[in-house]
Amino acid sequence: MDLSPIWLTLKLAAITTSLLFIVGLPIAWWLSKGRSFFKTIVEAIITMPLVLPPSVLGFYLLLAFSPQHGLGKLLQDTFDTQFVFSFKGLVLASFIYSMPFMTGPIKSALQQLPVSLTQASYALGKTQWQTFKSVLVPNIKPSLLTAIVLTFAHTLGEFGVVLMIGGNIPGVTRVASIAVYDSVERMDYAAANTYSLILFSITFVMVISVFVFNKYQAKSPLE
Amino acid sequence: MIDLSIEKRLKAYRGQQILKISHQFTTGSITKIYGPSGAGKTTLLKTIAGLVYPEKGKIVVDSQTWLDTDNNINLPPQKRMPGFVFQDYALFPNMSVLAHLQYATNDMEWIKRLLLLGKLDTLTDHKPIHLSGGQQQRLAVLRALAIKPKLILMDEPFSALDPDMKTELIAELKLLFKELAATVLIVSHNPQELEGLTDGDLYIP
Repeated sequence: MDLSPIWLTLKLAAITTSLLFIVGLPIAWWLSKGRSFFKTIVEAIITMPLVLPPSVLGFYLLLAFSPQHGLGKLLQDTFDTQFVFSFKGLVLASFIYSMPFMTGPIKSALQQLPVSLTQASYALGKTQWQTFKSVLVPNIKPSLLTAIVLTFAHTLGEFGVVLMIGGNIPGVTRVASIAVYDSVERMDYAAANTYSLILFSITFVMVISVFVFNKYQAKSPLE
Repeated sequence: MIDLSIEKRLKAYRGQQILKISHQFTTGSITKIYGPSGAGKTTLLKTIAGLVYPEKGKIVVDSQTWLDTDNNINLPPQKRMPGFVFQDYALFPNMSVLAHLQYATNDMEWIKRLLLLGKLDTLTDHKPIHLSGGQQQRLAVLRALAIKPKLILMDEPFSALDPDMKTELIAELKLLFKELAATVLIVSHNPQELEGLTDGDLYIP
């Protein structure tokens, strides 16, 4: 039994979630403050992967990063790096695909905090950054946990976008969801069942932990 | 001396209403601000604090210009640093009583004095959710005083206190305001509660 797709999936989810936490938190903060036409456009672009068929996103990423032309060729020639059919490509695709799961819950949580908290901190002479770090972030912990778990779980479940840009290379881009599909194609139902069961268990435990950790919050743990 | 003249559009129940005020507050004075709900009392305090930006206005505090819409001058709240008591207290849910005051100042002696003044010295490790309404309101007042402000803006600061506590706190605050040489503006719905504390009033129709 080859467990490498499981490890690869967990590695992909861990890297994607870490990167998205670092990048998504400031983006969510920026989106939560006021409204402008530019922000609306940015938010729409970030939200697109929620409704777009994953294969469409994967197709465009495949075109954009194909080493034969455009951006992909530039990266190939300048940095000798290739995103298509590589693990890096999977990280990039997952990053874009899972971004709304990180920014969404954090943005709503920040918007639900009373504006007077920020105002009180400013009146005490604190900067925007001090206010963010000491007042805003500590008061949205349940939503941070939700965002992290949703992003991780969503990356575990990716299929279409990963298949389009990464293909099905054992040990490189064959993640668990693709291994399930591949096993069924080969009529190896035992292997498909093992992969599926492991994915099911991991996801179930994660969702349960969010419910347990957020039980003191008087709202749905998945908000 | 605070010289103030502002014009700010308010969202009113029926259409629009304009808050238009010109007033001078003597340094060290304690002014009661009263008027009907929705008249713009809170907006006035927030405008002075720099938390709300008026369409038109000028605020000069001790010959330093805080706001001048004609000349694009607008000092941020961090530079104005008023002691602000919010009507909804605006306490930080993640911080204990002590952490609130330590977030505002490093002066432990001053913090100890404030805790005694607000009778919160035995509750220092309690978070707001574990305080009563009156205790929360006192903490909001103490936090505003922690930065030793020269200007104190209080929005209904005594509404949740019982009569005895209110009388006692007001007497203590009167001494403290004098010590800080602070100019104080207090919004209140109950004109009687501030008797003996304020030395002027401003009615907002």
